[in-house]
Parts: sequence; C-alpha cells; structure tokens
Amino acid sequence: MHGLINKALQAFLTQTYGAALWRRVADDARLGFAGFEAMLTYDPVLTDRVLDAACRALGRDRDGLLEDMGTFLATSPALPGIRRLLRFCGATFEEFLLSLDDLPDRVQLAVPDLRLPTITVEDRGGAFFLVTCQPEWPGFAPVVLGLLRAIADDYGVLALLDPGGDGVIEVRLIDRRFADGRAFRLGAGSA
Amino acid sequence: MTGQDALRVALDRLCPMHLWLDPGGVIRHAAPTLVKLRPRTALVGHGFDAAFRLLRPRPCSEPPGALPTGLRLQVQFRDAPATAFNAIALPAPAGGLIVNLGFRMTMPEALRDYPLTSADFAPTDPTVEMLFLIEAKSAAMEAQRHLNLRLQGAALAAEEQAQTDPLTGLKNLRALHDVLSRLVNDGDCFALMHVDLDHFKAVNDSFGHDAGDHVLRKAARIMQSVTREGDTVARIGGDEFLLVFPGRQDRARLSRIAARLIAGLERPVRVRDHLCRVSASIGIALSRDIPGAPPDDLIRRADAALYASKRAGRGRFTFAGTAVPPDGASLA
Repeated sequence: MHGLINKALQAFLTQTYGAALWRRVADDARLGFAGFEAMLTYDPVLTDRVLDAACRALGRDRDGLLEDMGTFLATSPALPGIRRLLRFCGATFEEFLLSLDDLPDRVQLAVPDLRLPTITVEDRGGAFFLVTCQPEWPGFAPVVLGLLRAIADDYGVLALLDPGGDGVIEVRLIDRRFADGRAFRLGAGSA
Repeated sequence: MTGQDALRVALDRLCPMHLWLDPGGVIRHAAPTLVKLRPRTALVGHGFDAAFRLLRPRPCSEPPGALPTGLRLQVQFRDAPATAFNAIALPAPAGGLIVNLGFRMTMPEALRDYPLTSADFAPTDPTVEMLFLIEAKSAAMEAQRHLNLRLQGAALAAEEQAQTDPLTGLKNLRALHDVLSRLVNDGDCFALMHVDLDHFKAVNDSFGHDAGDHVLRKAARIMQSVTREGDTVARIGGDEFLLVFPGRQDRARLSRIAARLIAGLERPVRVRDHLCRVSASIGIALSRDIPGAPPDDLIRRADAALYASKRAGRGRFTFAGTAVPPDGASLA
C-alpha cells in the first residue's frame, strides 16, 4: 500500500486520538518502525494490521473509523492541500460529484505510483446519484463517504449520503444552496 | 436578442477574458472575468492603449497604431498589478476588434492578485487543471524532499556510528576509542604504536590521489600482516595509524614488530608505471609506564615519541620516555 495512504491513516489517528494512541497502535500492529513515510510503499498487510489495531484500541468498527478518516482528510486544518485539490475538481458540488470518476487519474498525475480504485458516478435523475467504488481496496468506499460528507458541507449543499453496500454510496441532493459554503479561490495560499 | 447580442453572450461564456474594441480602438465591452481584474469603468470607454501596454510584437511608436490581428500578442496592464497576458486580436463582425486575453506562465502569481474561482474560466480552459497539477506536484515534491532529508540524516547517523575506515577497511578513530576505553576499564596492559607514513604527501602530489589511496591500502595490509588477531589497527588520519597490542609490554618484541613494519612499508609500491616510495616514523607507548592513565594520555605519549622519530630523521621508531635511538633498526 502506498505510503501516502498509510501516512494519511497515521495522521488521522495521531491528530484525532493523540500520539500515545498511535504508538500503541503501531506497537500492537507490530510495525517495527515509529511511523510511515509518505513516499515509500509498504506491504498492504501492514495497513490492515494498523486498522485492526486502531479498531481494537478505540472499540470502533472499521467502516465508521474509515468514514471519520475521510472527513478528517477533507477538513483537517493540518492538511489544507487535500481540500484544495478536491475543490479543484468542480465549481459546484454536482460538478465535483460527476468528476469523481476523474479522481484516480488526477491523483496519478500528481503521484504516478499511487493508483486509487476506479470510481463511477451515475446520475439517476431527480438529484439522486450513485457513486460506486471498485472493490480493490475494501475500505475505500467508507473513506469516500466521509470525504463526500465533508465536501458537501464545504460547498454549502445539503445532501443525504448513505452507504448502499458493495462499495456503493447513495447521494441525494436536497438543497444546492443550503448554506454559504466555504469560499474557494484558485490562487495558492488562499482559502 | 439581436444576432450581435447573442454572439456577445456566447463569447462571454466561451472566452470570459475578451474585450470588444470599436474601430477607434476604444473598449466597448469587457467580458466577466476581466471585470474581476479591473472594474468595468476602468476598461469600458477607455482606449485599449490606455489600459494595456503592447509588449510583443514591440510597437514602433508610442502610442502604437492599431493592434496587429491574427498574431500571438503579449500585453500587460499599465497600472499595478501589471499582469501580463497572451492575447490575440481578430476583426469583429461589424467592424472593430475582438481581443481575447489569457494568463501566461505567471498565472499562479496572477491568481494570488485576483479572487478568481473555477467559474471564471471557460469549462474547456485547462487553467484549473493546470493549477491542480501545480499544487498537487508541489505537495508531492515537498513530501519527497522531506523523505530525502530524513534519509540523509539517517545516512549521516549510520556513518557516524560506523567503525570502519571506508578506504582501507581498517578500524576508524571511533572504533579505536572503544577498544582503548575497554582496555583501560578492564585494567589490561597494552602497547600503543603511532605510525605516520613519511613522504606520503609527495606520492599524492606527484602521482595523484589514486596512487596515494593505493599506497594507503597497501600500507594497511602490511600493518595487518605484522599484527595478531586481537590487536587493533586503526587509521586515524590521512596517513596516520594507531596500532593497539593488548598484553604486549616487551620492548624487544615491539621493536621487532616496528622494524618489520618499517621495512615492509619502505618496499616500493608499483602504481601504473610509477614506483611510489614511502617510509614510516613510529612512536610507541606502554600502558605500564603510566598505569591507569586515560587513553588520551597514552596516545599523547605515543605521539610525542613519533615526533621524536621524525625529528631524528624519519624511518625509525622511538619508545616514549626514552632517548631516540640513533637508527630506527638498531633495536630490531
């Protein structure tokens, strides 16, 4: 598994639950090192062991924890770059949603050896969308779900997002102008 | 809506940074994104020349004549921030010119100056994708740079901890200190031999560093050949070596070792077509002469004896605390 994914998981656990918890998790998962490097690749077994250890330490189920991680990635002030990169994908939430199938390509442009699972988006009409994540990474769909919840808030739309099972996320857009949303300017160094 | 109006609405969306000039060169319309860069009143009703400076092709007169059409132009706002643009001017249907502008390589800076969003660019314009790429690549490079710094730190630390001299494969100064501390702590007696190659600088200067390195490696092998297992041979400087002989206090034995060492080192070393000749000056200190002294004191004594050998004419050995023998081989 790419170091960026592992490092993201580590950042989420450290910043949400503290460095002590991370040390416990790393120890329990028998990592053999203090932390992941973003630009190295690791045996996928390690990612799995870290997730198991984190669920045990926190008494949480995997999907719930991964969903929180998705929200963390899109909202953490420590990682402003991720939110910005996501917002580049569309001027509106709908545009963003419909461009999700570009996301793996966009990510690969930036980091050539990081290949996200394929995402497909179906517009079922009536402001109802189905987002399907291919099953290469079993935990990917819950991360996307958490990320979409945070990004919907960022755009200021009211949307109902539900896991539909088998990597499917159901998106019902209730109100496109529910709140003001956060401003997004293209210039780097701005919001 | 007249045909002209429909065209204008279409153009505003297709080229949201265009200007419409009348035949006199006065701006009659500014598309919505340009209006985000300068208030409409600063553009519409003013001559194009008043708002923009033509950079390329370099105009022959000031103010320049009519804008050349169909060419790639470079223009710049006359007032600050003096954003530069690529531009092209083409004849408008009913006279005058349509001038379309686009950001240049300086786009990331331009975007810092103006509050633009992706809605300000035509959906077909790759600017937003480019910005995405610039930010994503910068983030990836930054992560890579951090990794490199950490790896560099780890390499330095590993080097620091290493105990071997990479050129000769002998122990290094750090390893030597470990050996000496252990001997002193255990109260074991030992002899120290400080060896300095004579004329080594001349080899380096005459035949180059490759030849010098070769001589050093050869010298290292000779030193290893005159020592036993359990003795330590360390390279502690360019052409300086320290040999540690645990358990040896016998001057006659040590003299024979030193003489063999000098004889071995004095044998010419062939490097390519050259014969390199060096010798060695040696100072020997015995731990029993100053029992319990810290290793550094013994090294200093060996060092002083070495310099006595040098002063006496090189190519000889001297025991610390004794007079220099008239000839290095005399005690052998």
